[in-house]
Amino acid sequence: MSGGDARYFTSYKKGEIAEWRNEINNPDRDKKKGAVKKVIAAMTVGKDVSMLFTDVVNCMQTGDVEMKKLVYLYLINYAKNQPDLAILAVNTFVKKDTQDPNPLIRALAVRTMGCIRVDKITEYLCDPLQRALDEDPYVRKTAAICVAKLFDINAELVRDRGFLHQLHDLLADSNPMVVANAVAALSEVQHSSSSGIENFTLASDTVHKLLAALNECTEWGQVFILDSISSYSPQNERQAESIIERVTPRLQHANCAVVLSAAKVLISQLEGVRNSDAVSHAVRKLAPPLVTLLSAESEIQYVALRNINLIIQRYPDVLQDEIKVFFCKYNDPAFVKQEKLETMVKLASQENIEQVLLEFKEYATEVDVEFVRKSVRAIGRCAVSIADSAERCIGVLLELIKTKVNYVVQEAIVVIRDIFRRYPDRYEGVIGALCDSLDSLDEPEAKASMVWIIGEYADRIDNAEDLMDVFLETFSDEAVDVQLQLLTATVKLFLKKPSSGPQNLIQKVLHQATSDTDDPDLRDRAYVYWRLLSSDPEAAKEVVLASKPMMSNDRAYLDLEALQQLLRQVSTLSSVYYKIPSAFAPRSTNIINGVNLDETMSSDLADSANKKGAENSASASLSPTPGVDMLADLNDGFEAAAKQSASANLDSFAAFPESPGTFLTRPSSSQASNPSSGAFAKSTLPSSRRPVLLSEHASSGLRISGSIVSRGDGMPYYDFLISNLTQKPLTGFQFQFNKNFFMLAPEQQPDDGMISPGESKSCMIPLSYLGTSAGGKASLLLQVAVKSPLQNDAIFYFNDQIPLEAILQPAAEMGFELFTEIWQSIRMVDKCTKRLDVSWPLSGASIEGALAKLENNKFNTVSLKSNDDAHVAFVMGKIMLAKSEEYILLQITFAIGTGAIDAACRSRVEGISDLTLLAVHRLMS
Amino acid sequence: MALFGAGGSPAVCSSLYILDSNLKTLLMRDWRGDTNPSMVERFVSIVNNAESESELKPIIYDDEIQTSFTYIRHRDLYFLALTRTNANAVALLTFLHRLVDIFTHYFKELKEESIRDNFVIIYELLDEVMDNGYPQFTEAKILSEFITVGAHELQAPKAPMAVTNAVSWRSEGLRYQKNEVFLDVVESCNCVVNANGQIVNSEVNGALRMRTQLSGMPECKLGLNDKVMLQAQNKSTRGKSVELEDIKFHQCVRLARFESDRTISFIPPDGQFDLMNYRITTPVKPLIWVEAKVTRPSRSRVEYSVKLRTQFKSRLNATGIEVKLPVPGDATTPEVKAALGSVTYAPEQEAMLWKIKTVPGEKVVEMRAKFSLPSVSALEDDGPRQKKPPVMVKFEVPYFTVSGVQVRFLKVIEKSGYQALPWVRYITKAGTYEFRLDHQSS
Repeated sequence: MSGGDARYFTSYKKGEIAEWRNEINNPDRDKKKGAVKKVIAAMTVGKDVSMLFTDVVNCMQTGDVEMKKLVYLYLINYAKNQPDLAILAVNTFVKKDTQDPNPLIRALAVRTMGCIRVDKITEYLCDPLQRALDEDPYVRKTAAICVAKLFDINAELVRDRGFLHQLHDLLADSNPMVVANAVAALSEVQHSSSSGIENFTLASDTVHKLLAALNECTEWGQVFILDSISSYSPQNERQAESIIERVTPRLQHANCAVVLSAAKVLISQLEGVRNSDAVSHAVRKLAPPLVTLLSAESEIQYVALRNINLIIQRYPDVLQDEIKVFFCKYNDPAFVKQEKLETMVKLASQENIEQVLLEFKEYATEVDVEFVRKSVRAIGRCAVSIADSAERCIGVLLELIKTKVNYVVQEAIVVIRDIFRRYPDRYEGVIGALCDSLDSLDEPEAKASMVWIIGEYADRIDNAEDLMDVFLETFSDEAVDVQLQLLTATVKLFLKKPSSGPQNLIQKVLHQATSDTDDPDLRDRAYVYWRLLSSDPEAAKEVVLASKPMMSNDRAYLDLEALQQLLRQVSTLSSVYYKIPSAFAPRSTNIINGVNLDETMSSDLADSANKKGAENSASASLSPTPGVDMLADLNDGFEAAAKQSASANLDSFAAFPESPGTFLTRPSSSQASNPSSGAFAKSTLPSSRRPVLLSEHASSGLRISGSIVSRGDGMPYYDFLISNLTQKPLTGFQFQFNKNFFMLAPEQQPDDGMISPGESKSCMIPLSYLGTSAGGKASLLLQVAVKSPLQNDAIFYFNDQIPLEAILQPAAEMGFELFTEIWQSIRMVDKCTKRLDVSWPLSGASIEGALAKLENNKFNTVSLKSNDDAHVAFVMGKIMLAKSEEYILLQITFAIGTGAIDAACRSRVEGISDLTLLAVHRLMS
Repeated sequence: MALFGAGGSPAVCSSLYILDSNLKTLLMRDWRGDTNPSMVERFVSIVNNAESESELKPIIYDDEIQTSFTYIRHRDLYFLALTRTNANAVALLTFLHRLVDIFTHYFKELKEESIRDNFVIIYELLDEVMDNGYPQFTEAKILSEFITVGAHELQAPKAPMAVTNAVSWRSEGLRYQKNEVFLDVVESCNCVVNANGQIVNSEVNGALRMRTQLSGMPECKLGLNDKVMLQAQNKSTRGKSVELEDIKFHQCVRLARFESDRTISFIPPDGQFDLMNYRITTPVKPLIWVEAKVTRPSRSRVEYSVKLRTQFKSRLNATGIEVKLPVPGDATTPEVKAALGSVTYAPEQEAMLWKIKTVPGEKVVEMRAKFSLPSVSALEDDGPRQKKPPVMVKFEVPYFTVSGVQVRFLKVIEKSGYQALPWVRYITKAGTYEFRLDHQSS
């Protein structure tokens, strides 16, 4: 059918506006409508027809729906420019259209009202909206959305009129379409509201209702509901499993959006499921629908593949047997092919590598240069990632080099450099073949790679000297990357073959790099080499020819924390860009003002993770410790002190190991500058390092300093120094601990040795884990009572912080595999990320130094990996809790360049991550 | 524990632009008021500045204006959505494709002129299918019941019940003299074969394509010989049963019911629709096998020797066979000898097309062809790389399914108690069917 509307676009001439105005005001209905259509057509092509506002709006009162819709359309477009005139239209809206007997008209009016973004008229909209919220379902579903629109314009008004509560009530509406739109509107309100007032905490029965509506509502409604459920945190494992069960049938829906949103719910709810059978059952269900998405339209395939490339990092087995479906078809669009390539690299394994390589080789003969390059690179990435396949990969690369296709050769050489880095001294046999294609190299990266190879293997390439000589002839014309490589390679050559030829070369290159260049990096590096070579050639050898850090996996895996965040965004733009939402989507409220707050707030994953970590740790340290019934009469001051010490302990701990000879300020005591503290010289123990726990002022002359330490066997001890500042001897002390999280208790009491006035004595009290648990969140607070019989049986109280390292168990070895497995299995329970406020010099040694500090304190480094941006250490520790062992896992990232250290921690024990990060910070400082 | 926290806004887009082949705006609709037409200019310059088409992804983010461009192409038209939130990308793309479906349903042929010619109704449709950036109602058939061209003068239309009903895909009160259901089981085979004859990938995508002419609100129940289905319903698996890898259903099918007892029950839409789609990956022998040898006896000659083998039972026939063989773009003077069918040279496609009407099963058909090549270009190695497309094959095999899927019953129950006649047909055809050529030897 054809509207034949094209004719309205025709004649644009002078005076047409006046002509249209005449026609609009013509009583003949057809003429009138024709004129309005012309106006809309002009609007469509971007012509300004706002001057006809009054005339067009006057046509609103008509029984002709088509006409009405055109006028509404006009109104939406121009109301903003003519706010005062827009009020003209309100009357028709409020009095007539929103009370029309036809629900179609009522809904149309409500829908349009919400689109007129003029603050002044919003007030007039409230009453009609109120009516619309409990009318015909078609009107109601439209009204639900209108609340969200209104909220965007005037949130205050919406709150005052109680629309949000009504919206909330609509979640239980009998009509599933209404429920779906109410969900959508509430999500929107939640999203755009920064005040947090709109934090609807939904009971699980609401989720239940939504799940029930799922079966009935349209496909789009299902998407809204699924998307909002995906961010719901289940109350317990059973609820998570039941949500999964209810949502799984949606994977069978013909609409891809429903399928992937259902997959998102599954993935997010699986975080709350520990039962590994249930997890693998659900994950198995995920595989066939994911594969089927590849039969959808190519744009959808693209998004699906981006998501699949995330999901298989988390669940590597899910598509392990399906690699064939990711092989490229000849007519696949380039963006699909490139993503498929990525999937193939990630799914490649020892079992399927033969077939995968055949495919890559096939792709390397295609015409799309970009795709060909990526295919060649894919071969190298497989070689680096799958050790047993390296030889086959090199074979294929050599075959490709034989094709002599210029860009294939160059890409292959870059790739082979990586393989050499990964497997040093294993494949030098192919160097000869590489040298054959030297002439065809014209891209800097390929050239630099080749030069690197020559330098690295200078002692095994007979004519290395000649080759370098040839390269050096054009030194000044090369790109800086190549020049840097040439410089280093020549130095390597000279160090490996210190004969006259290389010596000439080195002089030549140093001269050129220092005097004939504008590039500061090149010049500086040349000077460094120069000084090094002239002062101590042996040292130069150690520096230049030092063994390099291993390069391991090259499958572009995201770091675990980032992956977790992105998996929550399955199906959204975030999962397409691999960026968290705040990095690209401004909040809607900010757009209107043209201000983008988010830009400064957080732009990358690390930042936002930090912020979250900081919030977590803040809340953790401020929460009071529950359960103080054993030391019954703790007064308020005691509590306050406890809190204070908890929040301030970081600083104090950080300071004390470095300051021997001075007493440390404990926040719970005011003793910092006690001038007499050094006077007890009688004690020659390193006791002066022990922080004061109980000051003599608070306890009539008894001073106790000390800390909990660990002695090799993993059991903690209290290392006390008790000083008697009273006038009489003291003896018979008894210690008792309040309930504490780690259930520490003194295993025995100090012996009955007498401490004379003015004397200090140290004692070690072994501690056990047999005390009473304080429950709740992990806390290092330890409240101690000490009874001093000779001071009228007085009981003194003090607070201490248990150093986390003192209660770590001697850790057993743990493989990286196991680490990853545990890491991933811990999801919701307790995790925390934090930027450690420690900088580190940019050398490997200091990382090892930092890790050694942790290892000396019973942390265990599981693995240390490096990539271009950072060194990442995977560290674990073990604690005893209620007689069972619990792991603490850490991922510490040393950023190259900035020197920043980020640490992420996970544990099944709630609250322990914050404490661990504080401890790690202290230990590494 | 906020339910509506991290999920973000459910809006999939802020505005929609329909652009012509020169990227000029034909029509636009702004739903959320946070985008403007100048943003589209940036999209236009991104597309124009792309060095190759392969650089362009369907979703592009513009950092400077913090806006995402998501687009699909239909013939010479661009359907471009602007988004400023972390929208559900799949929902947005699906919505755009759905729009194309709706417009095609309305205007039969969707192209530049049909947009211009129907802008009034397109505005009306855009108002109905999306509100505030949330997709609302996209059933073309139902939409056309209350949004029609030029039918409004006398009385205002009512929104059909279906718009808010649980059964949103079917209107009430339909009447047919003769109640009939046509069910086509259509399987398309995808197959990629390497130059050395190794099958790289082979899969079957099936569809149950239904056309209903049924009165009232009929309850339908479909029985297949799916293995899992039969087991779940405790039916004996006598006879052949097949295992379907993944099944997708039209939204009319009750998914929860299917999940619990594998019953396919539904109230069908009126007219044509895909009731279900399925996939099978169990390796099947390709129905048609093509062996193509390309040789270069001299610099200026290229010769093709092609063998086509039908690998199915002799009582069946393959029809509408078309073998598309790549030929260098500069080849001339074809000499062709085909045992069956006709061969045409299509230089504009850089291919020759071998078409055969019918070939019975278990047969081999041969074809030979020779071309002359300009001797100069044959030598040049440095020139742009030649495309190396595979041999592509199209065909159909009626009365047959590769998977062996069979419709065991289709019950139609309506309260008026009429008898409906089901008609079932089976057909298998080629989907992506590629035989790669050995390019090294040519």
